[in-house]
Amino acid sequence: MIKIENLHKSYPMGKESLHVLKGLNLHIKEGEFVSIMGSSGSGKSTLLNIVGLLDIHDEGNYYLNGQLIEDLDEKKAAVLRNKFLGFVFQSFNLISYKTALENVALPLYYKGVGRKERQKIALEYLEKVGLKKWASHLPNELSGGQKQRVAIARALVTQPKVVLADEPTGALDSTTSNSVMEMLKEINREGMTVFVITHEEEIAEETDRIVRLKDGVIISDELTNKKVSV
Amino acid sequence: MKLFDRDLWREVFSTLTKNITRTILTTLGVLFAVIILIMLLGTTNGMKNGFDKLFKGTATNSIFVWGQSTGKPYKGFERGRRVKYTFDDIILLKENIKEIEEISPRIQLGEHRGSVTVNRNGQSSGSSVYGDFPSLDDFAKKNLIEGRFLNQDDIENSRKICVIGDDVYKLLYKKEENVIGTYIEINGVYFQVVGVYRKNKNISFDGQNTVHIPFTTYQKAFNSGNRIGWMAITVKSKYDAGIVLTKIKKLLKLKHDIHPKDARAIGSFNLSQIFSGINAFTMVLQGFSFFIGIFTLLAGVIAISNILLITVKERTKEIGIRRALGATPKMIKRQIILEAIVLTVFSGLIGFVISVAGLSYLDAKYGSGEDFPFINPSVSFTQLIVSFLLMLFLSLLVGLIPARKAVKMKPIEALREE
Repeated sequence: MIKIENLHKSYPMGKESLHVLKGLNLHIKEGEFVSIMGSSGSGKSTLLNIVGLLDIHDEGNYYLNGQLIEDLDEKKAAVLRNKFLGFVFQSFNLISYKTALENVALPLYYKGVGRKERQKIALEYLEKVGLKKWASHLPNELSGGQKQRVAIARALVTQPKVVLADEPTGALDSTTSNSVMEMLKEINREGMTVFVITHEEEIAEETDRIVRLKDGVIISDELTNKKVSV
Repeated sequence: MKLFDRDLWREVFSTLTKNITRTILTTLGVLFAVIILIMLLGTTNGMKNGFDKLFKGTATNSIFVWGQSTGKPYKGFERGRRVKYTFDDIILLKENIKEIEEISPRIQLGEHRGSVTVNRNGQSSGSSVYGDFPSLDDFAKKNLIEGRFLNQDDIENSRKICVIGDDVYKLLYKKEENVIGTYIEINGVYFQVVGVYRKNKNISFDGQNTVHIPFTTYQKAFNSGNRIGWMAITVKSKYDAGIVLTKIKKLLKLKHDIHPKDARAIGSFNLSQIFSGINAFTMVLQGFSFFIGIFTLLAGVIAISNILLITVKERTKEIGIRRALGATPKMIKRQIILEAIVLTVFSGLIGFVISVAGLSYLDAKYGSGEDFPFINPSVSFTQLIVSFLLMLFLSLLVGLIPARKAVKMKPIEALREE
């Protein structure tokens, strides 16, 4: 599903340039539940941005769903994001003046789905995350966990190939963190490829495969015990 | 790409209604600009209408010619000779100058601009007494308050009748006294009054201390023979009255043995000159109003653009989210431009309504043109459409700036924005 070969990325910092990703190789197959672990500055966010088509890599190859990503302009990126990727952010990134339902329906709008159809699908996904009753509420009327569940529903609504979660529990307490992780696991069990970025060991432990990143290189890539026990 | 996509409009409206106070404040600039534009255009139109009414019933393309005394000696004649016209001059002019539409001669009792004593029942007035043709009414319509003006029958039968001005009536009659059918006496001749007129609020040549009698009656009563005093000449509308006047003067000078360079001998007045002056004035005024209006509108629309720039900055993150969710730069741009258009058109329409209401208030209060030339202040449909299209065009133009800014930032940077 995601295949990365010898990926390099550096950012210009004044006259110098900061080499963030130093030749990564990573292969994530369909249906995997992978976490990228690393402290801040390890390059994990950069990796997510590149995988999420929010940023462009300098060198190497990136295949998304078998398609080589190259000559990416904003329009093409937007279409691919809409088609293949679902995002879950640390700070939820819901649009504050839209109701939960409208937030969930937004990606469908950009996909060109008709209004009635959009409402119907969005409501289904809200039900799936247990927030059907909250459909007409604005984000500031929801708790952190609820917001993240809305965000997950929004990430899933276009039936993407991969869900990218950037520190999905970073702004949540441990109880809600668990419920959010349970939800991601549930999604994964239904066959979705889930790609989590985190710096918390407990969160990474919940996933099937942990890729550790340090200073722009992968230092370990292993399956968790849980996978064995299943 | 559909512009009339209902969802796009919903997006735009939900954004605009999100911060209703700001939206309203943003629109104020264009609102006032449109009010200023329309009110200015409307009031200048009102003035134009006022002037038009003022000159209604007046033949604007007309000139007046009378005789004065010569200023230069010529062909053995000394200077200071009085130039006198006869009916032969009228025939001469009509035959030789094809631009002339009509000539209406007049003769005046006593000296030019002089007054004659008019008597009735021991009351008397010093008034101007004219022998006129009914066609005088074509040059400057009389505002008759009683009876009628001279007609062709009066001329043909040399009826001893007269039409008097209101001042004459006031001097010779008691208040509310019946006037039609009564007689007044001028130089021993009695004339029956058939009409009284009041000076028009608009242009008036004669004032109202005047007595008009049929030209033929005058000839008989005062033994004036073939003589005429002055000529009111209308020029066919496609010709320039000034040029025709020069031709007329040249011909008259030739006939009356006047030095070609004598500027004094023939008195004349070109009415069309005054009209073209006033027309130019209202045109300049209209142009000026439009000019001011357009620039005020431009300022208003730029204010909208400015606010949208700020909101785009504030919405950086939201725009980033939208783009992460699959909005293409084009979609974002389209939305921002549409916001600009909706804001402008919305405020513009309210401005139109307010200013049209304001104009009808002015119309109701001052629009009769009684006190000063100001009638039916309003804007034409064309002016409305032109202003509206201009507004639309400007909003589209200024919407581009914030729209470009909105997509200039990469979504990744936009998402990082707090």
